[in-house]
Amino acid sequence: MAGQIEIEVNGERREVPEGASVAELLTLIGLAAPKVAVERNLEIVPRSAWSSTRLGAGDRLEIVHFIGGG
Amino acid sequence: MDGIPQADEGWTVAGRRFRSRLIVGTGRYKDLPETKAAIEASGAEMVTVAVRRVNLSDASQPMLQDFVPPDRFTYLPNTAGCFTAQDAVRTLRLAREAGGWNLVKLEVLGPPPFLYPDMAATFEAAAALLADGFEVMVYCADDPVAAKRLEEMGCVAIMPLGAPIGSGLGVANPFMIKAIIAQARVPVLVDAGIGTASDAALAMELGCDAVLLNSAIAHARDPVRMARAMKAAVAAGRDAFLAGRMPRSPAADPSSPVAGLIR
Repeated sequence: MAGQIEIEVNGERREVPEGASVAELLTLIGLAAPKVAVERNLEIVPRSAWSSTRLGAGDRLEIVHFIGGG
Repeated sequence: MDGIPQADEGWTVAGRRFRSRLIVGTGRYKDLPETKAAIEASGAEMVTVAVRRVNLSDASQPMLQDFVPPDRFTYLPNTAGCFTAQDAVRTLRLAREAGGWNLVKLEVLGPPPFLYPDMAATFEAAAALLADGFEVMVYCADDPVAAKRLEEMGCVAIMPLGAPIGSGLGVANPFMIKAIIAQARVPVLVDAGIGTASDAALAMELGCDAVLLNSAIAHARDPVRMARAMKAAVAAGRDAFLAGRMPRSPAADPSSPVAGLIR
């Protein structure tokens, strides 16, 4: 059983399994397919790199999407 | 030609052609079904959208895309709520990743209560975005010098405010909007300030290529009906601009012949 690491997602602290990828984080949150964008420590993580990008302790992520706006 | 003018030829921004000269926002509606109904009624083909954090506690809630599908409407991501160039650039980079397109609306705002465009920050953000391959439609002050500079930098559309965002005050300075249009070689849109249909018609009569609005529809008592009114107003204003208004005169000039009056 791998340990847990603490990261910050959209300003909230969150524990994820050590070695989890961005893709696995999205699955944990329940974001299946939708059009979202992910930023990790101020750098965009392209969709093509979601599976290969491993999360590290203390990472700060922003997960955004489009909402109504003027 | 049978003497009846052709239907509006539409307008082009960054190589994309649009028939509708109305761009509408997707914010401030009661709910997503009302958003959808109003946008349908407006006839708009391009809609502005905001970029915000996903709600982590309920990731399954309905999304804008389900009601306003991006394959039918051109999404124009905005930077609403950004008060620095850095935040605006960061937001639009995320938008490009989320949507996969380069055409964006840049707005960098000054402080409340006016949220007037911060032009120094707008220039800074525009330069960074243009260097990064974005096609930038830029919200700006109704300042002909600033507008020309943004065009020369490479912005694809110049969008001066009619009046402060969400104020519904209409086109406060039509002379400066006209001055900006007269010198521009890229599309000019009045963005922000429109309150009702006559404001949108006036903006078009000044010679704007299109009008961008949100609150005027979303905050009307009947948003769907106002959306329909805006569609008609923009079309009427465009036709009136092309037709050319009659000269103003301080004195009466009767339309009926003076000859042949009964005595």
